[in-house]
Formats: sequence, structure tokens, C-alpha cells
Amino acid sequence: MAETTLETPVETHRPRRIKWGAIGDHTVLILGALLMMIPPLLALTTASHDAVTIHREGLQLTLGDNLGKNFHAAMFEKGGFTQTVDGTLMLMNSFILGIGFAMGKIIISMMAAYAIVYFRLRFATLAFWVIFTTLLLPLEVRILPSYEAIQKLGLTNTYTGLIVPLIASATGTFFFRQFFMSVPEELAEAARIDGAGPWKFFVDILVPLSRTMIAAIFIIMFVFGWNQYLWPTLITTDESFFTLVRGIKQIVLSYTDSQIPEHGQALALAIVAMIPPVAIVVFFQNWFVKGLTESDK
Amino acid sequence: MAQVSLEGIRKVYPNGFQAVQTTSFTIQDGEFVVLVGPSGCGKSTLLRMIAGLEEITEGELKIGDRVVNDVDPADRDIAMVFQNYALYPHMTVRKNIGYGLKNRGTPASEIAAKVEDAARMLNLTEYLDRKPAQLSGGQRQRVAMGRAVVRDPALFLFDEPLSNLDAKLRNQMRIEIKALQRRLGTTAVYVTHDQVEAMTMADRIIVLNAGRIEQIGTPSEIYHNPASTFVASFMGAPPMNLIRAEVDQKQVKINGYDALMVASEAFSGPITMGIRPEDVELDAQGQVKFHVDILEELGAHRLLHGRIDDQPFSVMIGKEDTAHTGETRIKLKPEALRLFDKDTGLRL
Ligand SMILES: Nc1ncnc2c1ncn2[C@@H]1O[C@H](COP(=O)(O)OP(=O)(O)OP(=O)(O)O)[C@@H](O)[C@H]1O
Ligand SMILES: [Mg+2]
Repeated sequence: MAETTLETPVETHRPRRIKWGAIGDHTVLILGALLMMIPPLLALTTASHDAVTIHREGLQLTLGDNLGKNFHAAMFEKGGFTQTVDGTLMLMNSFILGIGFAMGKIIISMMAAYAIVYFRLRFATLAFWVIFTTLLLPLEVRILPSYEAIQKLGLTNTYTGLIVPLIASATGTFFFRQFFMSVPEELAEAARIDGAGPWKFFVDILVPLSRTMIAAIFIIMFVFGWNQYLWPTLITTDESFFTLVRGIKQIVLSYTDSQIPEHGQALALAIVAMIPPVAIVVFFQNWFVKGLTESDK
Repeated sequence: MAQVSLEGIRKVYPNGFQAVQTTSFTIQDGEFVVLVGPSGCGKSTLLRMIAGLEEITEGELKIGDRVVNDVDPADRDIAMVFQNYALYPHMTVRKNIGYGLKNRGTPASEIAAKVEDAARMLNLTEYLDRKPAQLSGGQRQRVAMGRAVVRDPALFLFDEPLSNLDAKLRNQMRIEIKALQRRLGTTAVYVTHDQVEAMTMADRIIVLNAGRIEQIGTPSEIYHNPASTFVASFMGAPPMNLIRAEVDQKQVKINGYDALMVASEAFSGPITMGIRPEDVELDAQGQVKFHVDILEELGAHRLLHGRIDDQPFSVMIGKEDTAHTGETRIKLKPEALRLFDKDTGLRL
């Protein structure tokens, strides 16, 4: 006993050994992070120069003095073919698409998962697998029929046409199904005895229990919707429905009147387009990790 | 408060498995009935049929004067306590307890008062604003109880409510639950596989085995007059000794020994004989030789585990009695001997 008590302090006071492994890990991570940071940083520095400089000399490594001007012009100067669209409008459209898509997806997939897991439907398993196979059919694969359908419904150049076809996929349903199946069955039974019908159980118990899950899926889906390019390009021809991601090129980089295209403004918009997805992930990463890894059942 | 009657109740699961064979019994108003039996014997199935969580394949279930076969669980006027408590994790204790009342449209002020009452009764007042995750196992158990009592139902249903607690807390909660049920006078059906719980809490015990009722009776009846070798060996710790014996010209004998008791004339031949370990005494003049292998010290008394010839046998002696391993002699109290059919295990 005495010996061990003598030994322990020696153990703890020994000068910390340098952990080469940890240093190596951090070096790799830091280098990786820097590498990832270069394009946005370049975009930022370049966006601070005027169009002529950029056109003549390419990407800039130093900060110029046109940063504020370029951002202001990108956000508030009307551009495009119709000269009615500015960055603010496109930003708003992007938010409508991102939020509308994420919310629609969550609502639809939660309800689908609820039906599949909690009701003894005759074809519940079949329904699930049918929904599940749509994972193999992302929008890009079924883009022609989708376009045809939306066009026939007269929904081109509407937010509905922009959002609804994107919602049709199984990811959310799948996540919620797995989550619901991990909720103890007794909870539903206790609620039943407590007089909660299907709707009350859903709203009072299942939705609050899923909140971290909902947050996580919201983040994923928001970023996914925000970054959509192909579908919005197809379905919106009216510039007032353009989102940032698709509009940057169309609105700011249009070669009207054989002018030099506004590269600075385009890069400024690109930075604006990056901020919301980054912000949402940074601010909600705790929820995000919680939602996908744990749950307080 | 209500009488519960089951008539010809049977349960076949959709996969064709018959979990409960045709059973009939009646639970009196205010009675505390314990369903006990080994794992998988159909206790939960029976309870869940009474709760309405499992469909009744056949038969008629009455709570009070009402046939409730097709009544929704919410409308059966019952409350259930689950093994894992099934508390709503995102609600405070207050909301957990009041949720059932809220769904029934009880005015908020009345809910608040009733929840306070229930909490006081269960010593939960200071925890009312905590979430279940911030409570100990025993406190969660109490919340589950609170959720049941607050609605003042006609019938309590318990499915192994104490099996997630440690032994000490279990003993304490056992007494509390029983006292609470007494005070409220609510009929209760309690499922457990713990025979101590069954013995101590029940007004009447129903022993189930493989979907069938083996015996219904008061704890004392079940203990002293088991209807079968199954009941004899399931109830009591240590269980009743069961050894081979023989009836010859009305004399009950273990082979090679003198007669132990006089049997009725109705049967003869080989039988199974049962006796509780505490009905056996060490006695140098005893009729039967007993070889002690292990001496188990239990404080208030001691258990001697050993053999009569090649058959396992246990004897319970008081703490003052001296004992040692090895060969000794025992005396079986004739009035405590129970005789069972060798093949069916039924009481003769
Ligand atoms: N949904 C089901 N479908 C088919 N068989 C089932 C189902 N639920 C239970 N069983 C079977 O019915 C029998 C009785 O189950 P039950 O849950 O009533 O047992 P129990 O007595 O409560 O056991 P335990 O003490 O382990 O809880 C078991 O053999 C079980 O395998
Ligand atoms: Mg059970």
C-alpha cells in the first residue's frame, strides 16, 4: 500500500510526454482546414476588387477597396434581363426554397413514418419498401417526367413547383421510421390508456420526443434544398423566382451590352450564398450531433 | 371500484401461438390479485387483455357490470403501471401525472389540485417540476404510481412494476403499493414472477403455468396446500421438497424406511411426496437418514441442503439449533406431508 502511494505522484508528475500521434493528427486537420478555407478566402479577397482588375488579372490575393461597393451592388442593384432582380430577392427565394423544402420534407416524412410504424396497416411493410426504393430515384433521375408533370399542372415558375417535387424522396421517412421504432412501445400504450388518441399522441409525445431528430433533419434538408441547382434551373424561367445558387451566373454574370461581367459582385453573392448553410450548421451542430446519435427516450 | 370477471378468456396470437388457454375467474371488488408464474407463461398477455392493449381471442371480459371486450383502453376506467414505467420523458412530473386528466377535459384548476394530492400521497411534491431523467428509479416508479392513482380508476393493473428496482427499494415499494391500494380500496391485478412479492402483497394469488391456471387461492392456501408439484416448487424459497415415495396398504413410505403417515385408501403405488423444509426437524431418533452437503447461513434461520438417498432435500432449522455436514437423521411432520400424483403432478 505504502509503495503504491509513493509511486503514484511520481507517475503524475512525470513531465508530459509529447504525443507525436496527436501532433500528427492536428497537423493533418489544420492543413485540411486551411485547404478548404482557400477558395472562400480567395473569393473574399477577389471580391474586393473592381471588375476591370479581376477581368484583366484574375484572382486576387490581396484585399482591394471595392469590397463594400461590390457587396452593396450585388445585393441591391437590379440586374438580369428584366432589370428587376437583385441579390436580396434571390436570397429570399433561396430561403423560401431551403426552409419550405426542409419543413415540407419533415412534415410529410414524419407523418408517413408514423403511419408505417404505429398503425397496423395491411400493406405497411410494402408501403415502406416502396417509399424506400425512391432512394434509388433522386430527382435527377426522374427529372423529365417530373418536369412534364409540373408543367402540365401549370406549376412552372411557382414556389410549389420548385419545392414539392424535391420533397418526394425517402430519406426523411427512413430516419423517422428508425427513430419511431426505437421509442418504447409502452409509451404509446401508456398514452392510449391516458386517453390520448392517435393525433394527440403524435403531437403531444412523438413530436416533442423527436425534436433533436427534427432539428438534425432540418439542417441536412435545408442545406440540401439551398444548394439545389438543376431543378430550379429547369422549373423557373421567370427571374423573380431565381435562387442565389442559380442566379449568380444568370443575373450578375450576364454579358449584356458587351460589358465586362461583374466578377466582383458574383463572388460577393457566392459568399452570401455560402453564409446561411454554414451558419446553420455552426449554430446548430450540437442539435445536429444529438439528433443523429442520441435521444432522451 | 369494480369487480372484474373473465369468462372463457383465451388468447391466440396472430402467429397461431396460444398464450392463454381458456380461463375463467372473478376478481372481487377491492381485491388485490397477483398473477404469478415463470417467464413466458402468459401473465402479461392476460393483463394486457384486461387493459385492452391486446385483443381477446375468445371469451367475455367484464369490468363492473360492463362487457368491455370491445371498449377502448381509455374508456375502461383502468390505470396501468408498466415495468419500465413508460413515463413521458419530455414532460415534467406534474405534466406526466396530469396528462390523463388533461386528455379527459378536466379543468386545469382541478388537474392541479389532484396532481398535488397524488404527489403528496407519494412524497413527490418536491419533484413535481423535474423531468423523469432527473429522478431515481424509485422516484420514477412513484411517478408511474401517481399517474395511475390520480385518475381514481376502477382498476389498477401492474406489470412487474418493481423488477427494475434494487432489492431494498423493492421491499419498501411493495409495502407502499399494498398500503396505497388498501387505502384507496381500488381493485388491483398485479403481475410478477417474484413469488415473494406474490405472497406478501396478494389477497389472492393466481399461479399460471404455460398459459394455464395451476391454482387460485390465498397466499396461505397456495403455500400450504399447493394444487400441484408445479405450484409446490414455484412458490416458497426454498421450494417444497419433492421426493419419490410409495403408498402401500395405506402406508406412505420412502423406500426402505418406516411408514411416515397414513394415507386414504383411494390410491396406492408410487407417488411424489412433498414437504416444506421448515416442517422437517433434525432428530437423532428420526425415521429418515439425511446426508447434509451444504450449510447455508441466513441469519434468522439456517438451511441444510443435502440428500435422502440420492434425492435432493432441504431442511430449515432455527438459528439456535446445531448442525453439521454429513450424516444425520430427520423427522418429517406427518401433518405437513403433501401427496401428488407421480405423473400428472396433481395433488392426490
Ligand atoms: N405478439 C406476440 N406474438 C406471438 N407470441 C407472443 C406475442 N407476445 C407474447 N407472445 C408469447 O406468448 C407467451 C406469453 O407471453 P407473455 O408476455 O404474456 O409472458 P409473461 O408471462 O409476461 O412473461 P415474462 O415474465 O417474461 O414477462 C410467450 O411464450 C411469448 O413468447
Ligand atoms: Mg411479462
